[in-house]
Parts: sequence; structure tokens; C-alpha cells
Amino acid sequence: MWSSLASLWHDTKASLAFVERNFNLVKRYFAWEVVFLFYAIVNTLTIGLIGVRLGPEEVLYLVVGALLWGFLSVLFNEVSQSVSWERWEGTIEYTFMAPVRRMSYLLGVSFFAVLYGVIKTSILLLAVAFFFEIDLSGANLWAALVILVISSFSLIGLGLIAAVLPLMSPERGPQATHIIQGFILLISGIYYEVTVLPSWLQVFSAFSPATYTLRAARQAILEGASVWQLMGDIQILILFGIILIPLGYWIFTQGEKYAMRTGKLKRNG
Amino acid sequence: MWALECNNAVKSFYEAENNGKHSLFSRPKKKEIFAVNRVSFQVDKGETFGILGQNGSGKSTLIRLISTLLLADEGEIKVFGHNVLDERLEVRRLINRVSVDAAFFKKLSAWENLLYAARLYGLNVEEAKQRSLEILERLGLGAEKFNSPLENLSRGQQQKVAVARALLTSPVLLLLDEPTTGLDPRSKRDVQDFIVEVQREHDATILLTSHDMYEVEKLCNRVAILHEGRLVAMDTPENLKSKYGETEDSSLEDVFFTLTGMDWKEVLEDVE
Ligand SMILES: Nc1ncnc2c1ncn2[C@@H]1O[C@H](COP(=O)(O)OP(=O)(O)OP(=O)(O)O)[C@@H](O)[C@H]1O
Ligand SMILES: [Mg+2]
Repeated sequence: MWSSLASLWHDTKASLAFVERNFNLVKRYFAWEVVFLFYAIVNTLTIGLIGVRLGPEEVLYLVVGALLWGFLSVLFNEVSQSVSWERWEGTIEYTFMAPVRRMSYLLGVSFFAVLYGVIKTSILLLAVAFFFEIDLSGANLWAALVILVISSFSLIGLGLIAAVLPLMSPERGPQATHIIQGFILLISGIYYEVTVLPSWLQVFSAFSPATYTLRAARQAILEGASVWQLMGDIQILILFGIILIPLGYWIFTQGEKYAMRTGKLKRNG
Repeated sequence: MWALECNNAVKSFYEAENNGKHSLFSRPKKKEIFAVNRVSFQVDKGETFGILGQNGSGKSTLIRLISTLLLADEGEIKVFGHNVLDERLEVRRLINRVSVDAAFFKKLSAWENLLYAARLYGLNVEEAKQRSLEILERLGLGAEKFNSPLENLSRGQQQKVAVARALLTSPVLLLLDEPTTGLDPRSKRDVQDFIVEVQREHDATILLTSHDMYEVEKLCNRVAILHEGRLVAMDTPENLKSKYGETEDSSLEDVFFTLTGMDWKEVLEDVE
């Protein structure tokens, strides 16, 4: 009992090692962070500006899409590119050789992704609030937050599944994760209703957690829907999380074994 | 119990032929390369065991098999009785490795990299900092480099940080893959002396690969020679010399050339 508690504590501390490391990296690559943030702000604003001609409701519709997509793609990217990033730095073998459970590694990477995503999205939110005069009096922001938190799990799960690709193929893997990300963007109704998609594509929409995130968050922000009213989507998102996280973890560990068998982790020396 | 036990380890890789070019409808042709081929040896606790071999003879692959980074196709490897296959976490707690390429976060400082290592291995941060500074000073790397990004350090300086990082965690089995390649003579000496010291004071077991015959002779109790993935000889440096040396005063280098099927006469003839 005590020893398992002690090892849990050790594992938690190890997870924080990855968070600390990543924040140190952010500090050292700060100029790039500023550049990317600038680009993200401009991107969000221009998307909002498209809606100005159509009225304030439309601006909000688009801005919500841009902000949520920003958040979800940070989660997806940070998790799915973690392996390629370390491979590029050359530290992957050192990290994977450490006496740390893979679970702790993935938890740490995911936890950092959430923190980083929250910080980045908050800055974008400030920029948007400053730029557009948005009336949020009718919005249920708490309900939107609940949706965001719950959908984080499923996006992390998707990220874990995608993270296996760079593990298995150093060259093509990272490319494939970008394609997956693009596909999620296309089918999830980020800037439009999924009903405008061709019907064969709409089939895929049903399988993207982001579809439900966007739908529910918009209902909360644009129509002031309560958590209770959103329960249908919330249940679906919880279900996605319950399936995708263990599945992602399992796939990742299988991918690691494959990499260890075929020498794909890294080779030189 | 052996500190390290390797029984019949086999590891092969598949390499695409024709640079991986193949027609759209056919699978690429693959060639099997036996990087490590039926290698067996045992290392005693407290021993320094050297591995010599030409480029591509399988030294790094063998070290990766031991350090749980590669799965062997066949055979069994045990570190202090723990199987590297199914007791990975236990093995990982006991080992650390220095690779030829100093594997660091390039933008992070030496300390930030060492801090990361300290956290991964559950060390006390203050103690780790103290110890890192001591080790680095011992290796002749001044404290002024402690906080500058690693990419600003020379290769040799980075290698010293890598040695410090491995020793920080007090591994009982230390895997050193060409730890002194690329170091100047002075630094080389510093690192070598430190290896001897660590071995003596902490009773660590060391596995060392090198291309420096003198280094291996100086540091290692026993030496194994790998050739194309196979272990072709294993003994103390003295015995190797008397067994395979052609003359009374043959050097380890002579033995190496004899066993790896090349000697200078042939090489020189090839050139001409
Ligand atoms: N991950 C890998 N994928 C494919 N082939 C590999 C991999 N790692 C090693 N090899 C091959 O296995 C053989 C042994 O390589 P290894 O790196 O173990 O040699 P080495 O003895 O360490 O050489 P060096 O002295 O140059 O460091 C080589 O033919 C190499 O091309
Ligand atoms: Mg090597």
C-alpha cells in the first residue's frame, strides 16, 4: 500500500519533469513563441473580420470556432508531435531510457499541452475582446468551460493515437499527423455547420469529438444553453474520452515496442 | 550474480536495397543485416569491460540492447539478474548511458538539461546541482558554462556534460559508448581518470566501447572484440596480446587488426 503510494508520488513528480522541461524550452525559444502567437492572433482576428459584414452574431460564431480550434489543435499538436520533437532534439533515447513509466511521460506531455493551450487561448481571447465589441451577456461561459475541459480528454486521446505515427516512421509520421489534423479541421464544423459538407463527409463528422465540442460550445456561448441542456453532447464527449485515452495509450505502447524492435527510435553512433 | 549477462544476443535490421527505390506496386526489397550476431559474455560486478570493433561492427547496437532501447530478436540479456525484456523499469533504474552524440536539448543550458535528468531519476534537486558542479569541475568544465545553452558549448564540452549527466544518477552499470571520442588529449585524460575513480569509489560496473586501444588497455579488466556482429575474442588485454600477437611486443592494435582480418600491409597495398 505505502510502496504503491510512494511510487505514485514518484510517477507524479516524474510527470512534472516533462512539464518543467517544456516550459524551460518555451523560455529558450521565446522569440518563436512570440512570432507564433502574433500569427495566431492575426489569424483569429481575420477570421472574425470575415463575419463583420454578416453581423455580430456571425463574428461571434467564427471567433468561437477560431479560439476553440486554436485550443484543440494545441492539445493535438503538443501530444502528437512530442516524439518527433524529441527526435529532432536528439533526446528521445535519453528520455525513453529513464526509469519513468510511459504513462507518466504521456501524462506530463498532456498536462503541459493543457496548460500551454489555456495560456495561449487566454491571450487570444484578450486580443479578440479588445478588437471586437462582443456582447457576451447572453452567453453561458461556465457551460462552455465545462465543454472545453471534457473535450480536452478526447483530443488528448486522438493526439496519443497520432503520436504513434512519428514513432513508427521518423520521416512520414510527422507529415501524417498534420494530415490527420487537417482532416479534423475539415469535418468538425469549426467555421461552418457540418450540414454544409457533402453527405459522405458528414459521416466522418460524427466520429470527430471536435464536432460535438464546437456544437455544444456554440450553444453555450451564442444561445446561453446550460450544462443540463448540453448533456447529450457532454455524454458523447465523455464517451470519446473514455475510449480514446486508453486506446491511445495502448497504441502508443505498441508503437514503442515496434520502434524498439525495428530500431526506429533513433539511429546513430 | 553477474552485473551483466548476455546470452546469445541477436539483433538484425532490415535495410532497403536500391536506396529504398521500388516501383509503386512492389514491396521494397529488404536486406537483413546482422548487427549483433550470437553474442554471449558475462561481466562481473565492479569490472570495467571494453568492447572494440570497427565502425559498424555492432558496438552501439549491443549497448542499446542492454539499455532497453532495442529489443533483441533472440537471446537473453540480464542486468543484475533483471531481464531487459520484461523488467525494463528495474533495469532502467540501475543503468545510465553516455552515447557518442551528446543527446541534449540544444537550447537548454547544461543545468536545465541536468535538472531534467535529476527529475527523471527522482533526485533531490539541490544535491543534484551541487554534485553536477563538482563533477563538471572535476572534468575541467568551468562553472561559467553551467547556464549557457548547450549549443554554445564545444563538442568536447558537451561530451563532458553528458558524462556528468550519466554519473549524476549513480548508476551501478554504466554504459559508455565512445565517451572520449572527439575530446582533446587533456580532456580525454580527465574523463578517463574520472572513469577509473568512479569505478573504484562507487564500485560501479562499466561497459566501455572505444576506438582508442590505449584507452581500453588502460581502463579495462577485460576486452571483447566484435567483428561484423560476432564476438571474435574476449580476454584480458595481456592475454589477448600473448594469444594473438605475432611477436613478443605486439600491441593491442596489432591484435585488433589480426582479429578483424585486416593489417596495415593489406591496407597499404589496397591504397597503392
Ligand atoms: N536503427 C538501425 N536501423 C538499421 N540499421 C542499423 C540501426 N542501428 C544500427 N544499424 C546497422 O547495424 C550495424 C551495426 O551498427 P552499430 O551502430 O552498432 O555499429 P558500431 O560498432 O557502433 O559502429 P561505430 O564504431 O561506427 O559507432 C551497421 O551496419 C548499422 O548500419
Ligand atoms: Mg557506435
